[in-house]
Amino acid sequence: MSPRADGRRFLACVALGLAVLALAPLSFDSGFQLGLMSQMCAMALFALSYNLLLGQTGMLSFGHAVYAGLGGYAVIHLLRGMDGGPFVFPSVLLPVAGGVAGAAFAALIGYPTTRRGGTSFAMISLAVGELIHAAAGMLPEWFGGEGGLAADRTAGPAFVAGLWPGWSLGPDLHVYYLTAAWTAACALAIHALGRTPLLKLANAVRDNPQRVAFIGYDPHRVRYLMLTLSAFFAGVAGGLMALNLEIASADSMGALRSGAVLLAVVVGGSGLFLGPVAGAVVVTFFSVELSRHTGAWQLYLGLAFAAVVLALPGGLAGGIRDAARRGARGELAHWLRARKWTIAGALSGMSGLSLAIELAYGRVHGTGGQGVVSWFGLVLDPSAPLPWSVAGVLSVLGAAGLFLGRVQSRLVPSPEQCDG
Amino acid sequence: MDGLIVSLLNGLSYGLLLFMLSSGLTLIFSMMGIINFAHASFYMLGAYAAHAVAGALSPALTAGAAFWVALFIAPVLVGLAGAVVERFALRRLRGRGHVAELLFTFALAMIIAELVQLAWGRSAVPYRMPAAWGEPLFSLDGHAFPMHRLVVALAAGLMLAGLWWGLTRTRTGLIVRAALSHPAMAQALGHDVPRVFMLVFGAGCLLAGMAGAIGGSVFVTEPGMAQALGPIVFVVTVVGGLGSLAGAFWASLLIGLLQTLAVGSAWSLAAPASWLGASDAARALAAWPLSRVAPVLPYLLMVAVLVWRPRGLMGVRET
Repeated sequence: MSPRADGRRFLACVALGLAVLALAPLSFDSGFQLGLMSQMCAMALFALSYNLLLGQTGMLSFGHAVYAGLGGYAVIHLLRGMDGGPFVFPSVLLPVAGGVAGAAFAALIGYPTTRRGGTSFAMISLAVGELIHAAAGMLPEWFGGEGGLAADRTAGPAFVAGLWPGWSLGPDLHVYYLTAAWTAACALAIHALGRTPLLKLANAVRDNPQRVAFIGYDPHRVRYLMLTLSAFFAGVAGGLMALNLEIASADSMGALRSGAVLLAVVVGGSGLFLGPVAGAVVVTFFSVELSRHTGAWQLYLGLAFAAVVLALPGGLAGGIRDAARRGARGELAHWLRARKWTIAGALSGMSGLSLAIELAYGRVHGTGGQGVVSWFGLVLDPSAPLPWSVAGVLSVLGAAGLFLGRVQSRLVPSPEQCDG
Repeated sequence: MDGLIVSLLNGLSYGLLLFMLSSGLTLIFSMMGIINFAHASFYMLGAYAAHAVAGALSPALTAGAAFWVALFIAPVLVGLAGAVVERFALRRLRGRGHVAELLFTFALAMIIAELVQLAWGRSAVPYRMPAAWGEPLFSLDGHAFPMHRLVVALAAGLMLAGLWWGLTRTRTGLIVRAALSHPAMAQALGHDVPRVFMLVFGAGCLLAGMAGAIGGSVFVTEPGMAQALGPIVFVVTVVGGLGSLAGAFWASLLIGLLQTLAVGSAWSLAAPASWLGASDAARALAAWPLSRVAPVLPYLLMVAVLVWRPRGLMGVRET
């Protein structure tokens, strides 16, 4: 594809994305939906910032929530400072303050922690995350202890003086637009970063740090810079989350939040620019929706995470890209036909597993007296043998389908194997 | 003074428990290059499995005997679970690099935490050692040293000796070490290297399960125990040096002592701060007793070690 056509396609994608962000409130206008969309936007930005580390520099971090969490605290502290103090800071720039807080902390702590990449960095980032989480518990004056710190998001002067006087950060719609605008701006900035020499160096550090050192660049410095940059965007995302919820708590810096962003990036796929965005939207949507329907939603997220790691190395985005390529070559139908047993087996196994999980959940954590489980509209009694045997049969059928699929793929070579 | 001795012994015993965990993690890492993020989850599984086995056996045996039998059966069950995980998941990911393996163990930790809650509920289960172990072994000036601390120390000591003997003095250990340093060569000589990997992963999980079976009875058996202990174990392995068993040993003792001594200490920086003429705010901060700062001390130690000696106390491998 010619560079000009590529550029035109990029512009079309940006225009489409901006239009979707701008027009979405027309059809989803309840407070809950607006809040959910704000959450998705902030999470998407958080995931993009995380992918600067994982996808671009090959640094697996288990403590990225620290930078987002500190950004959130910075925003909350600024709001509290304005609420009754002489201190003034335009609300529209609050997320930047969050970003600066995240980047400042990364600049402080990052030098020793980025000395090594790979597995060591992963473990060190986990320990730094735990350090900050534990320190937050020790300093209730700054971090608000168990309940966190709350603030009023309308405390600051609404926007730039004289401009849009009717706007404040009170209504959910305004917070959504602020979040969407910052997310879009930061996403474009991250995309533009992808063309800089620093990002090319980061990719080289990801692929072969020894070689980078050999040609005269310091991989440690590249990692350090990338961590600081990524922490800036994470801080912006954390600031947006705090503005939306009007609270910052120690949990927002904990391992659970770090795990959530990792989950989003891996499920979405770190190889494509939009992968983390897709992952963030999907994971946020499913955590909210699943948690409304079943208590075992974290188990489903964990299982989905494991399944994506095992079966879809490129994540959802990579899988969709591969399917689109197959479709363009007209091979999709054949590809699917060759895997019909695997697909049928996976579907049957998944439904059997989910039925068993729901029944077990109803038995152990049954709410409202004698546990009654609803599963896809069916109301089931977890103490009766019939649902359990159905779950067992579905699981056995699933295992049989997966086995047949493996046997079949050994008998009939796929086109890729013939090519190779 | 006598209180200090009992504290030291307690710290030593806690450090040895940490070593039980970090030895398995180190073994798996140095063999396969995998950081098993679910390692503390296998520790938790060990505690719950021992609780379940002891509960199942208690009608047939006396409480003490059921506890002892469970102490041996539960780690084996956990080791088998680890071997199954390696055989059916991690083996498929081997060609895709360590990040995929790491991510899988991370997902596994999430799944195990949820499954444990599904099977045993969200609150702690009553998994306790026989009452006799709670008796003080000896008392120094009112500070009692309970029997179970000695049991923890003995079990960890036996494990260390067994590990050292198995790796350096047996034929199996020779093959394991060969597969560690030269997998292709070991394979060419006719050893089933993938099976060695499976056994090593299972053995590492077995060690974690044994730590859980003991630690769960001394401390508390609840679904948060993996999350509470996991980061400390990683700190131990980083401080000791990734992949070094001796480093893990000394770092375990160091952190065990540090935490136990700090929790029981009222010592603070107040005197030096006022002597140096610090500001009021700094003096207020310095007046905190060490026990309040105790939770972050291991992590501070880790950052200090990283600044001073990035490969850890005894690590040799630069990763």
